[in-house]
Amino acid sequence: MCTVCGCGDARVEGSGHHHHDHDHDHGHTHDHGHDHGHTHDHGHDHGHSHDQHYGQGIAGVHVPGMSQTRIIQIEQDILGRNNADAAANRARLAEAGIFALNLVSSPGSGKTTLLVETVSRLKDQMPVAVIEGDQQTTFDADRIRATGAPAVQVNTGKGCHLDAHMIGHALDRLDPPENAVLFIENVGNLVCPAAFDLGEAHKVVILSVTEGEDKPLKYPDMFAAADLMILSKVDLLPHLTFDVERCLDYARQINPNIQPLKLSTVSGEGMEDWLGWLAEGRKGALVQRRAMLEAKLTALRKDIEAGA
Amino acid sequence: MHEMAMTEGVLRILEDQAKAQNYSKVRTVWLELGQLSHADPEAMAFCFDAVVRGTLAEGARLEIVRTPGEAWCMGCGETVAVAQRFDPCPRCGSHRLQVTKGDDMRIMELEVE
Repeated sequence: MCTVCGCGDARVEGSGHHHHDHDHDHGHTHDHGHDHGHTHDHGHDHGHSHDQHYGQGIAGVHVPGMSQTRIIQIEQDILGRNNADAAANRARLAEAGIFALNLVSSPGSGKTTLLVETVSRLKDQMPVAVIEGDQQTTFDADRIRATGAPAVQVNTGKGCHLDAHMIGHALDRLDPPENAVLFIENVGNLVCPAAFDLGEAHKVVILSVTEGEDKPLKYPDMFAAADLMILSKVDLLPHLTFDVERCLDYARQINPNIQPLKLSTVSGEGMEDWLGWLAEGRKGALVQRRAMLEAKLTALRKDIEAGA
Repeated sequence: MHEMAMTEGVLRILEDQAKAQNYSKVRTVWLELGQLSHADPEAMAFCFDAVVRGTLAEGARLEIVRTPGEAWCMGCGETVAVAQRFDPCPRCGSHRLQVTKGDDMRIMELEVE
């Protein structure tokens, strides 16, 4: 894993590079959102007030009066870089009117099957694009591309989640059409992806009924981070002891605002609701884009009038 | 193990700040990990020792400060203490809670030279 940019050995399919230039020239700013101006150096001399910090360093070398050490306060979020990259992705997606979703689940919940089905149904009605995340192989992107929709695979190598930096590069590569619905299928993992904002509009957690109904309680961070919870493979319910209501109650204990949706790609149950939710979300992105374009147009008109 | 990526985020901040704050060695890092945050303190400590090897923070001490979780109970209309995400409101037993504090993960202070 790269210890400079933390990019792991992640590779965006086709790019073949493990970029180590660190220029991060995404064409967007990497504003950290932290005002570094508030950083202040205490500069207090050693041996008073903060002396609980001394004499605990390596081999007790911090003898008061002899040490050059000082305490500085920096107050920086350790996910600050990822959050800044995510904000840049979000701005870029908003400008293009793209409604982006981050699909998260454990391995085997049926994410890719759901995506293939969804993309097949949507692609004649609206632009669709997919970013596929896995540790290895391009199997999933291949499955999406077979539907005719553009897809790019990100292999995280040993990495357990996608991060916003990877998505920035994947967007460069994929160049999704304007006003599209963009699905980002995260690495199958119900833990790590919860912490990493990619710049999506919503995290969508998918839980299949062949898993335990107590998963929301076992992996609370993910259910807390998601806005929509798809309970998948519900056609199998007659063969299982899975208690749907109990599962949804658990999910609401973690996240009272989570919206549940029961779905089966086999029986088709819930597909219309899912497609309706997507269309509604996309409409929101389009309305937001229209407002941005109108604001630009107004500014342009004023500029022209002022010069005329 | 996302703690590895997070620890690399810590190191990146230490390296970024070295120039701005004019230090060449980090002795101690005080890291706030909220009780409801995404990181496991033991995993962070384990990864930290591995990640800082051969860097300006080699051998540095990682002091993890746990901050308690707080949530807004919609039923009570009050802020209440919660230890875990699925805890009910200690006053009314409801789960209609919005976490308001305790999910932070940030570097608070550094001892440097």
